[in-house]
Amino acid sequence: MINFEATELRLGLPGGNHGGDMAGKSNGKRGFSETVDLKLNLSSTSMDSVTKVDLENMKEKVVKPPAKAQVVGWPPVRSFRKNVMSGQKPTTGEAVEGAADKTSGSSGDTSSASAGAVAYVKVSMDGAPYLRKIDLKLYKTYQDLSDALSKMFSSFTTGNYGPQGMKDFMNESKLIDLLNGSDYVPTYEDKDGDWMLVGDVPWEMFVDSCKRIRIMKGSEAIGLAPRALEKCKNSS
Amino acid sequence: MTQDRTEMSEDDDDNSQSPPLDLRSAAIADHCSSSSSSTPNKSRNCMALNSQTFPDHVLENVLENVLQFLDSRCDRNAASLVCKSWWRVEALTRSEVFIGNCYALSPTRLTQRFKRVKSLLLKGKPRFADFNLMPPDWGANFAPWVSTMAKAYPWLEKVDLKRMFVTDDDLALLADSFPGFKELILVCCEGFGTSGIAIVANKCRKLKVLDLIESEVTDDEVDWISCFPEGVTSLESLAFDCVEAPINFEALEGLVGRSPFLKKLRLNRLVSLEELHRLLLGAPQLTSLGTGSFSHDNAPQSEQEPDYAAAFRACKSVVCLSGFRDLMPEYLPSILPVCSNLTSLNFSYANISPDMFKPIIHNCHRLQVFWALDSICDEGLQAVAATCKELRELRIFPFDPREESEGPVSELGLQAISEGCRNLESILYFCQRMTNAAVIAMSENCPELTVFRLCIMGRHRPDHVTGKPMDEGFGAIVKNCKKLTRLAISGLLTDQAFRYMGEHGKLIRTLSVAFAGDSDMALRHVLEGCPRLQKLEIRDSPFGDVALRCGMHRYYNMRFVWMSACPLSKGCCKDVARAMPNLVVEVIGSDDDDDNRDYVETLYMYRSLDGPRNDVPKFVTIL
Repeated sequence: MINFEATELRLGLPGGNHGGDMAGKSNGKRGFSETVDLKLNLSSTSMDSVTKVDLENMKEKVVKPPAKAQVVGWPPVRSFRKNVMSGQKPTTGEAVEGAADKTSGSSGDTSSASAGAVAYVKVSMDGAPYLRKIDLKLYKTYQDLSDALSKMFSSFTTGNYGPQGMKDFMNESKLIDLLNGSDYVPTYEDKDGDWMLVGDVPWEMFVDSCKRIRIMKGSEAIGLAPRALEKCKNSS
Repeated sequence: MTQDRTEMSEDDDDNSQSPPLDLRSAAIADHCSSSSSSTPNKSRNCMALNSQTFPDHVLENVLENVLQFLDSRCDRNAASLVCKSWWRVEALTRSEVFIGNCYALSPTRLTQRFKRVKSLLLKGKPRFADFNLMPPDWGANFAPWVSTMAKAYPWLEKVDLKRMFVTDDDLALLADSFPGFKELILVCCEGFGTSGIAIVANKCRKLKVLDLIESEVTDDEVDWISCFPEGVTSLESLAFDCVEAPINFEALEGLVGRSPFLKKLRLNRLVSLEELHRLLLGAPQLTSLGTGSFSHDNAPQSEQEPDYAAAFRACKSVVCLSGFRDLMPEYLPSILPVCSNLTSLNFSYANISPDMFKPIIHNCHRLQVFWALDSICDEGLQAVAATCKELRELRIFPFDPREESEGPVSELGLQAISEGCRNLESILYFCQRMTNAAVIAMSENCPELTVFRLCIMGRHRPDHVTGKPMDEGFGAIVKNCKKLTRLAISGLLTDQAFRYMGEHGKLIRTLSVAFAGDSDMALRHVLEGCPRLQKLEIRDSPFGDVALRCGMHRYYNMRFVWMSACPLSKGCCKDVARAMPNLVVEVIGSDDDDDNRDYVETLYMYRSLDGPRNDVPKFVTIL
């Protein structure tokens, strides 16, 4: 498979582009013979109608490279600059024609709750001037999440949002007391666009369906409770 | 021999710059057999000591008062090698630390040696990572640095990062840990978003500089501009041209209005020309301006349109101009009032034709730094050469960065520049056609060149007039430009070019090679001939094991070596790793690697005081 992987990164151009083709002067030996084989492979994929004999001949001839063949990272212009020039937003990294761009640029943006290794969701808190992003897959339980959230927003809560807030959700009777208080409670928006109280569904289900989290005052969250219980009954 | 010196310094808070010294931590600094105790501050009463001082204590006091004036890190490194006493005092007085490779040492080592750091400059990924030659998540995480410094340097004021992975949590920790924090500069960084920036804006009450340069910043839909605190700010520089997120313009206007010290402002392309106009009217003290978008949504109506030229005319102090995103060329003449003051002009995001360009550049007599796209053509470069006699730095980027693009600039532009701009020190030039003659001319006309980076975009392209390799051109550069420290080569090159480099490139510190050379001899010439070589980056060149072994006497004296798509074998790399225990030899593959392969896709090796790093992703093997 070595040739296949090599083509992904080091696409050589077919034909005699590697020697003094303009003046017909021989440039001496190339360092590795694999390059020659590479070029044949590329030619065979990009020019379907070319016969095998023609491929052999191409090695000797001066051939203009097919327009689509590009090498990763060449010319050495940063993605940011390339994206500005092509007028597109630099979020998904390079769009290099032809080459299998394995690295897909240095994209920092991940949408929430992806099926892959990360599940980023935005967390906002009423009254805080900024929001945070967290990766739900880093946590195993609601307790973990609760601890992390309270640490993150500790400067704003002045003790009103404690680890108790989350745990008590599991207990229906305490729910009503909590919601009446001034403690902050975490709520989230799920896949259907509904706002729910955090803690009412099993953890894994929560991670899969949570799109964003909003920490609001308990008194404001009262309206959510019946819906949360309702959904829970329907889904279980 | 080990004594605990307990004299406390007086006048600790005299100079607000000087942090109180924690004598105990100074006493347990590693490598010290006798603890240091010299009075830590910069006051002049160092001689007022108690009678139990030892003779070298006096010496150290004097030394400290002298060494505090030493700024250059080369001088400081030299001073620290004189003797233990000097080492100790230098470590106490170094307030600005430069770390060229974040994996060369651990954060703990930094904080143990240098106790009173106020400014850190830290570089992470190697440059070729910018061109997608390395998978993401390779490393260069800022996290361990910020968490270690949070405890050790409460007085930290400045952090300048290049090619590091910085998260919002890191920024939050930074904002929380350093109450006197003043300057944050992030160049080519990623991993964070506007929410992290918001935290910094909100909590760093003494912030003077917030510069985000060519970094990837995710849009968290946070109004970070509104997060700056109310009241007069200390802001001197605010650069967010790389942030691809809309901003609250009213908040920005308010912020600029209450930032009397603001000198440098770089807007992103989501700030319109009309909004820029309003800002300029309110901030005539600006010296450096990056415009946002330079276009108009509707067709221009001359009566109702704001007088942009008047706004620029009001900015008498502007000497540095950049931006011009989404440029509509008919608006370009509005910058004419400031052209004659400009020392720096960056048109590299604007597709400007020669006809639109020439009337502008004819006024820029004082220009020293000029960046542009090749859309200005050879004709535009000739205009630059005719007018900009003070030019020191030129960068011409390709509008169409593909190998088979047309290439509107050529050897004609280079030749013209060499004849007109004799004081040129640094050049980066992308083109499709070049000749040895033009390069030789530049080597003869511009003796002040320290940086010569020529990128002939078509690989292996020879001199397009003679058909010969570009050996003689680059040879002339290394021969004639006696101050050359940085070189990037391209085009058709044989081993001869490298022979020239080894013979004449005595001051070269950074060398970039791509698709060049014939054999191992080429690399051997360079490794054996360039004594100052620090950073070597090579891709797709026929240099193998023999060449690699030739440099073993050098690698400890270099910052790093990068070789990708070169015929190196794993066996040889292992041998090098074995022979040089303080060298970290990374073989970077891809996610779907076969471990038994002998083939080395990318070799990245660097010296390290603390051995291999502990955050290695699965596609990296440390030999």
